[in-house]
Amino acid sequence: MTVWTRMSATDLAGLIASGEASSEEVTKAHLDRVAAVDPQVHAFLHVDAERALDAARRVDQKRAAGEPLSPLAGVPVGVKDAFTLVDTPTTAGSKILEGWRPPYTATVVQRLLDADMVVIGKTNMDEFAMGSSTENSAYGPTHNPWDLDRVPGGSGGGSAAALAAFEVPVTIGSDTGGSIRQPAAVTGTVGVKPTYGSSSRYGLIAMASSLDQPGPCARTVLDAALLHQVMSGHDPRDSTSIDLPGPDVVSAARRCDVTGMRIGIVKEFGGDGYAPGVERRFAEAVETLADAGAEIVEVSCPHFPVALGAYYLIMPSEVSSNLARFDAMRYGHRVGDDGTRSVEQVMRLSRGAGLGAETKRRIILGTYALSSGYYDAYYGSAQKVRTLIIQDFTAAFEKVDVLVSPTTPTTAFRLGERVDDPMAMYKADLCTIPSNLAGNAAASFPAGLAPEDGLPVGVQVMAPPMRDDLLYQVGAVLEASLQARWGGPLLDQISQEGVR
Amino acid sequence: MSMDELMDFDEVMDLYEPVLGLEVHVELNTASKMFCSCSTAFGAEPNSQTCPVCLGLPGALPVVNAKAVESAIRIGLALNCSIADWCRFARKNYFYPDMTKNFQTSQYDEPLCFDGSVDIEVDQQTYTIPIERAHMEEDAGKSVHRGSSTGRITGAAYSLMDYNRAGVPLIEIVTRPVMGTGAAAPEVARAYVTFLRDMIRALGVSDVRMEQGSLRCDANVSLMPKGSTTLGTRTETKNVNSLRSIAKALRYEICRQGAILARGGTVTQETRHWHEDGAYTSAGRSKEQAEDYRYFPEPDLVPVAPSRTWVDELRATIPLNPTMRRAALREAWGFTENQMRDAVAAQAVDLIEATIEAGCSPQAAAKWWMTELTRRANADGLGLDELPITGAQVAQVQELVDEGLINDKVARQVFEAVLAGDGAPRAIVESRGLAMVADTSALQEAVDAVIADNPDVAAKIRDGKVQAVGALIGAVMGRMSGKADAAKVRELILETLTEGN
Repeated sequence: MTVWTRMSATDLAGLIASGEASSEEVTKAHLDRVAAVDPQVHAFLHVDAERALDAARRVDQKRAAGEPLSPLAGVPVGVKDAFTLVDTPTTAGSKILEGWRPPYTATVVQRLLDADMVVIGKTNMDEFAMGSSTENSAYGPTHNPWDLDRVPGGSGGGSAAALAAFEVPVTIGSDTGGSIRQPAAVTGTVGVKPTYGSSSRYGLIAMASSLDQPGPCARTVLDAALLHQVMSGHDPRDSTSIDLPGPDVVSAARRCDVTGMRIGIVKEFGGDGYAPGVERRFAEAVETLADAGAEIVEVSCPHFPVALGAYYLIMPSEVSSNLARFDAMRYGHRVGDDGTRSVEQVMRLSRGAGLGAETKRRIILGTYALSSGYYDAYYGSAQKVRTLIIQDFTAAFEKVDVLVSPTTPTTAFRLGERVDDPMAMYKADLCTIPSNLAGNAAASFPAGLAPEDGLPVGVQVMAPPMRDDLLYQVGAVLEASLQARWGGPLLDQISQEGVR
Repeated sequence: MSMDELMDFDEVMDLYEPVLGLEVHVELNTASKMFCSCSTAFGAEPNSQTCPVCLGLPGALPVVNAKAVESAIRIGLALNCSIADWCRFARKNYFYPDMTKNFQTSQYDEPLCFDGSVDIEVDQQTYTIPIERAHMEEDAGKSVHRGSSTGRITGAAYSLMDYNRAGVPLIEIVTRPVMGTGAAAPEVARAYVTFLRDMIRALGVSDVRMEQGSLRCDANVSLMPKGSTTLGTRTETKNVNSLRSIAKALRYEICRQGAILARGGTVTQETRHWHEDGAYTSAGRSKEQAEDYRYFPEPDLVPVAPSRTWVDELRATIPLNPTMRRAALREAWGFTENQMRDAVAAQAVDLIEATIEAGCSPQAAAKWWMTELTRRANADGLGLDELPITGAQVAQVQELVDEGLINDKVARQVFEAVLAGDGAPRAIVESRGLAMVADTSALQEAVDAVIADNPDVAAKIRDGKVQAVGALIGAVMGRMSGKADAAKVRELILETLTEGN
């Protein structure tokens, strides 16, 4: 029997298009896999099997009728719970949205549906995308398929774990400070944060509007590129959406060539606080690129080390305002409305009960940073740092085509290990944050397993705005050499402690 | 009721100089809302004009209505403001159930229009009102409180929310401190808001109806001891819902603050609520209770950067400002100051102008609009411009009068028919046979009959009591069903009686 769940989205789409497989049987196989392993992994918050199978059958009918199919038609996809899907529970990992069914669908999700992809469910995440471990989900953490005692990263741990556990071949996520890339790194998968404004935020429940960007998650570089192409493009409903054609990421992924490309290593990322296995695999990845004909140079981005500090002022400021709407007046989990309390009291009780500790921490931080008398010192200074980060990138991209660094300083940490130490948790996004502040494109690709713990390591590639194609070009070379070195896909290395 | 101690207005004026500050909100009449495509029509079924964007649903994003930006720029230009090359929206954060996102998308330190001024006239004296800014923002929804005797939130059993108004585009026009108006301060404020209303109506960008809330005014005032240059503590009076109450509320605040200062007290910086019924203000939120709005640039919207070419194109569409236009029209029409003021107050200027353009004399146009048609509008509770009659139709009625086909009394019947939707004036006169009887023999017959019926009256007239003729004229008009020229009838009666002698 063919194991549909081990195949790439590209291959599945090919088989569905040629009639060798039906979308229905492929979807069914993935639903069965979810039923079998998700009780351990907890990648999904909501699975709608009936709706998925209906959608799959419609694709099969379309094919039978000879209608044209899009490149990923009939392929199952998981959607991070931060995106709205009409009439489908959408919580963003928060108690306060329990039971809410949106009356509209996010643009990127609609694009998946329009491309005849089969949405099988909503994936788990840290509450309102705040966290690096998925432990801040109000519905319980997701477990890393490599080691169930470890976190899958966050905030999009569900979307990454679902891939590593072969529950679904592709998923979509949102990246505000690393929420696609860091989970990809610690689960041995591919995660891309497109250029800010190249995929629509309409229907993405906002964490920090100036940083959030939807992007593709996949097991292979080409799958990510195909999904990237489906989900991106101008949306008149998002005023920050770029009204220009995006680069051809699919051709770039197929090109698999870095000959003559100038690749810069960010000098500031590495050393203290970086696991030895992470540094070793990163060095190996750089060697691979040099061997493939790229020119490697060291580049200094002097302000990158202060990006984390600026991020933890700008992001909470926007969070404090974006999350104000969750007051349980129009929708959401209402607490204490017994007919005797004022509207302010009910709002307070509902927010007190409906929002988690990390969310409250960031709301308080952001409220403070924007307060009269503190604005200039905090929010204002942070915006200046943001400008300096952009200047660092601009200067670097005058010298090199792309920048590379480890995606995250360590491999997957244990569940519970950092929940009481917010600073340690925040440091997981040290290397990913600059690209959110600057709005350029960035991705994480698998780089092998750390010798000390046998867990995946990710390498980050950063490209100039609207040059997302370069990410895929580099990613494809890394993927090919990795497969050669490990004798096949990295995910085949998942050991007995994990989900096989 | 008011418990405030008040000082006599003239006494306050002897001691202090009032300083005004006016914040006027204008609801634009764009077809759709500021950040989504929902309709802005007034009076629809509650919550029928809403969508994920104006309901602030999770994930929904705003997109700026270009027409609203255009209207805002035109208002700015009419206020002689500079128009920003580049400006941003800002979020004003505060929790209130009528705000679906618990922040209002507004502008803060980067307004679209800034540094303007306008001249207004009160009692032949010109005052320059400095304009600090005119910025764009969105309106909030409306709360309806149920179960309390006052209809206000205190004591209400529950509240209902209507978000049809949420997201309707607003322009907020803020003056700099207005000084040097002295005792004219309340009237200057009133004249300024009247000016804004007329100017914005002339631009056609808002209905500017204070009673419907499409024009709202918050009136700030403080008192400065005469000879001082240090501004006093101001209060901001809200809920001022008519032009008349602007002057009244300011006058009240001036007298109240004067009494406090005169006895050595200090004015509390606070918002005051104007009570139209009792004609007094009461304390609202004090400065200490004021919210920290935590303004920051709206990250969901790109900056607004109107091109200079566009601004210049819009500049060409700005009509003459109302003060200048009014002066020009008054001269052209030969109206007295009073006549013009009445016409402006009745919002009849445009209508009279249209009537004159259709060929009517200015005095006749004014007569019909200011008497007969004003009476009809009042009776129906409509604005003059809401009557179903055009300037051209009014001009045609006057034409019929000028031709001698109808008299003023019949003209009133014709207006009635036009307003009832029966068609054009001339057609009505023809189809109903309202044209006056010019045939003297029919008229003579009626006169003879009336004289025969009223020998006593006829005798009096013959004896020289000519004023008694009125009774006979009335009777003749009755016989003629009103279709006769009264002057002609009078002449004929007197002639007939004289001949009889």
